[in-house]
Amino acid sequence: MSRAAAREAAEGTAGGPLDAYEMVIGLEVHVELSTRTKMFCSCPADFGGEPNTHVCPVCMALPGALPVPNRRAVEFAIRAARALHCEIARETKFDRKNYHYPDLPKGYQISQYDQPLARNGWLEIDAGEGPRRIRIRRLHMEEDAGKSLHGGETGGAGGASGEGGEESTLLDFNRAGVPLVEIVSEPDIRSPEEARAYLEMLRATVLYTGVSDVKMEEGSLRCDANISIRPRGSKELGVLVEVKNMNSFRAVQRALAYEAERQAEALARGERIERETRHWDENRGVTLPGRSKEEVNDYRYFPEPDLVPLVIDPAWVAEIEASLPELPEARLRRYQEAGLAYKEAWTLVGQRELGDFLDATVAAGAPFRQAANWLLGEVSARLNETGRPLSELRLTPAGLAKLIALVEAGTVTATLAKRVFARMLESGDDPEAIVEREGLVQISDEAALEAVAERVIEANPKVVADILGGKEKALAVLVGQVMRETRGKANAAKAGEVLRRRLAALREGRG
Amino acid sequence: MSGAGRDAGRNGDGRAKAELALKPVHELVAGGASRREIAELFVERAARLDGRVHAFLTRTPERALEAAARADEAPGEAPGPWAGVPVALKDNLVTRGLRTTCGSRMLADWVPPYTATAVERLEAAGLGCLGKTNMDEFAMGSSTEHSAFALTRNPLDLERVPGGSSGGSAAAVAAGMAPWALGSDTGGSIRQPAAYCGVVGLKPSYGRVSRYGLVAFASSLDQIGPITRDVRDAAVLLGLIAGHDPRDATSADRPVPDYLERLEEGARGLRVGLPREYFGEGVQPGVREAVLAAARKLEREGARVEETELPSTRYALATYYVIAPAEASANLARYDGVRYGFRAPGARSYAELYDRTRQKGFGAEVRRRIMLGTYALSAGYYDQYYLKAQKVRTRIRQEFREAFERFDLLLTPTAPTVAFRLGEVSDPLTMYMNDICTIPANLAGLPAISLPCGSAEGLPVGVQLMAAPFEEALLLRAARALEAALALEPWRPAAELEEVAP
Ligand SMILES: [Zn+2]
Repeated sequence: MSRAAAREAAEGTAGGPLDAYEMVIGLEVHVELSTRTKMFCSCPADFGGEPNTHVCPVCMALPGALPVPNRRAVEFAIRAARALHCEIARETKFDRKNYHYPDLPKGYQISQYDQPLARNGWLEIDAGEGPRRIRIRRLHMEEDAGKSLHGGETGGAGGASGEGGEESTLLDFNRAGVPLVEIVSEPDIRSPEEARAYLEMLRATVLYTGVSDVKMEEGSLRCDANISIRPRGSKELGVLVEVKNMNSFRAVQRALAYEAERQAEALARGERIERETRHWDENRGVTLPGRSKEEVNDYRYFPEPDLVPLVIDPAWVAEIEASLPELPEARLRRYQEAGLAYKEAWTLVGQRELGDFLDATVAAGAPFRQAANWLLGEVSARLNETGRPLSELRLTPAGLAKLIALVEAGTVTATLAKRVFARMLESGDDPEAIVEREGLVQISDEAALEAVAERVIEANPKVVADILGGKEKALAVLVGQVMRETRGKANAAKAGEVLRRRLAALREGRG
Repeated sequence: MSGAGRDAGRNGDGRAKAELALKPVHELVAGGASRREIAELFVERAARLDGRVHAFLTRTPERALEAAARADEAPGEAPGPWAGVPVALKDNLVTRGLRTTCGSRMLADWVPPYTATAVERLEAAGLGCLGKTNMDEFAMGSSTEHSAFALTRNPLDLERVPGGSSGGSAAAVAAGMAPWALGSDTGGSIRQPAAYCGVVGLKPSYGRVSRYGLVAFASSLDQIGPITRDVRDAAVLLGLIAGHDPRDATSADRPVPDYLERLEEGARGLRVGLPREYFGEGVQPGVREAVLAAARKLEREGARVEETELPSTRYALATYYVIAPAEASANLARYDGVRYGFRAPGARSYAELYDRTRQKGFGAEVRRRIMLGTYALSAGYYDQYYLKAQKVRTRIRQEFREAFERFDLLLTPTAPTVAFRLGEVSDPLTMYMNDICTIPANLAGLPAISLPCGSAEGLPVGVQLMAAPFEEALLLRAARALEAALALEPWRPAAELEEVAP
């Protein structure tokens, strides 16, 4: 776009400089696959371990060592790709991506260039403005690099390597060769909120497939973004800026918001946007240019001669696909059809264990809505309070279903049910046992309630007078008193009935 | 006994031993010598002669003698008929606990923690390692003059090169310092030195022998193969190392035939093509004559020999010099001084460490090829060089496929010249031309063998036979028929070498 057009676009608004622009965002997401072994050797691929203990001649790139593809990793990649609605290639090959960096042992990364495993997928997201499809351009397989720990990061150990002290770098190759998939979206994303919604949907989808634990904090999900802005209504693309170093979904959202604003302001000042890579500085909340702007990487891709092309049997793909569980988009639809609002449904879908628990509770006989309410209410509140995962709560779907059944049957009141719930979490006991042990059974027996009602009426002459004087609403106060007297065990509806009958008798008596 | 008599006796004994050392392994073994006697013979000759030849970078007499002793002690339990026979290994075959240098300063002190599959298979068959042989640095060269450590001399004429890059292995066998050896062949590195040294060299089909533990030069071209005194030994040694290896994704998962079974069935009925392009300009007349004479011999043995054409041959050299350096530029990127091998001192950043380490660790020829390969893969040049070369390679393959519908074998010179003088070829292009007859088999993944077929200028000439992929049995059978028909005396090391005092 010309500077004049940009200025015009910027000046044409009363609000912020960004109002006249539309963001065009594409995301590149790396997901580490949780296979038992690495992509091209049989070293363990799990997180952690003493530095350089999960290594062998292959992943250390010793002279003469050769890669052999991990069939399981290919299977996992296909699984993820199908969950993202991608088409799987009949034949796919690996390429060498050449660059040198100390934590890249071979001096090239085995990746996929022009024949990726999968293409043309999509994810449906909802960032609050209704459902929208974000297309996925490709999904390809590659291997992770090792980890560099620079002088400052290593503490005392840095100096031990001798040569450079604080300036030295220590290398850990445990991650080198761990299988990754890179998932590249089309530039279909239009706001930082959508970017976040896409990432959340992507994470949930991959999580459901079981091929990765997709934890951003452990690096098993990483995200880089491409962002440009253009005047609203324009079909042209602006100058693309790549943003890296975002370590959480929130960081992605903030970085994109900052970057879009920065670009809009620059255009408003009549400046040109540079095509570059910028790094998100979490502490300062800004993006900063990379070290060398001019350096254009030429990766000199060429087909990996140590590997033969993979021919993917469609029957294998079908088999993998058949083993996929219900995915987030389907579950989301099902929950919405069962009456939940989008946000409620997403809460239960986005945290898979909540959705699983809900389904299991319903399977154990609980009505859907009530079960959902419990999970969205008490259960979520408890999880937020403790910061613990659901699996650590002493709660089973069968237990929750029983508790709901007790409420439905009128055995316990809604108020009491919360107490029973708390006891369940403490003891892990059956709700029925708790109710019995603690005498929490709802008092629906009219004779018992009559006695309490009589006491309450006698103790509250003022309220009674009000009611008799026509302030019917004050009856609630008396019901509340009955509940207090019975420590919540009274059936509130029954208590109301009994009170009303007694008051009517009083009125007649007076009259 | 008088002193003179003792000397005569010793000399006579020495001559007998020299004769013995020039026998193929199958004859040595059939002759009834103990494995200790065989191992000692070569250990002793290597100790005595290698000061002049410099075929070895590392000698391991203890390994050879130990394997021999093991085989002699428990002959019944021996893991096979060749147990206890020693073997020399090119120094780009990774050997656990034994320095593996690739002829490069970069790996001067590298002691690998693992062993190449081909070597493991020899160990499993009970063979003992005599030592690691000299080579052009990272197998890049045709004369073994590009080793960082030593200049290997041709044992037949000490002023000449042994060929390369497996010059050390070929020289060790030719000098009777090893009964047989393994080499590696990316563009002729087994066959050309075998031809120059008057011995037999076999490059198997791509995928026939595992490359796991062969330090890579050009991954799509490299193969490990035997260098031996005769065709039968080549068949034996190939049988020991061939077969599928799950650690090499490019190794072929197909059965290994018994290469000895039909070895003596002769050449009757075999259809042999002589592609004109291999006999043209640049081929020394003496070489051409010897090779054509060999073709006539084969014809007299009942083969049908006729001329043919392989027009794409003229693009083979250029194709090779794009693909091989391109792959090498990536294969050699791992030598950054970080994890193993040479590290230039004093660098203050990774970029500096990388540059300095490679500047000092690699020789000029290696640096030249890395540069060529990097260039061929660069943005803007990829289509013009690498992609085009791949297309031509496909065409060359196709042309061979068609040729092998009409012929069982193709017969050509192994190299256009006989062994040249040390230092005679200094221009890289002339040096590259030396591989012109051998490169096509690598590009097409064909098995090819070189065997001595006569002489020119008093030096050995090699004839090359090529067959369709995985037709090693046929190739060996034809080579054996030709060898028998030629019935040449073995090439003997230069007299001055044998005169070296004990
Ligand atoms: Zn490994």
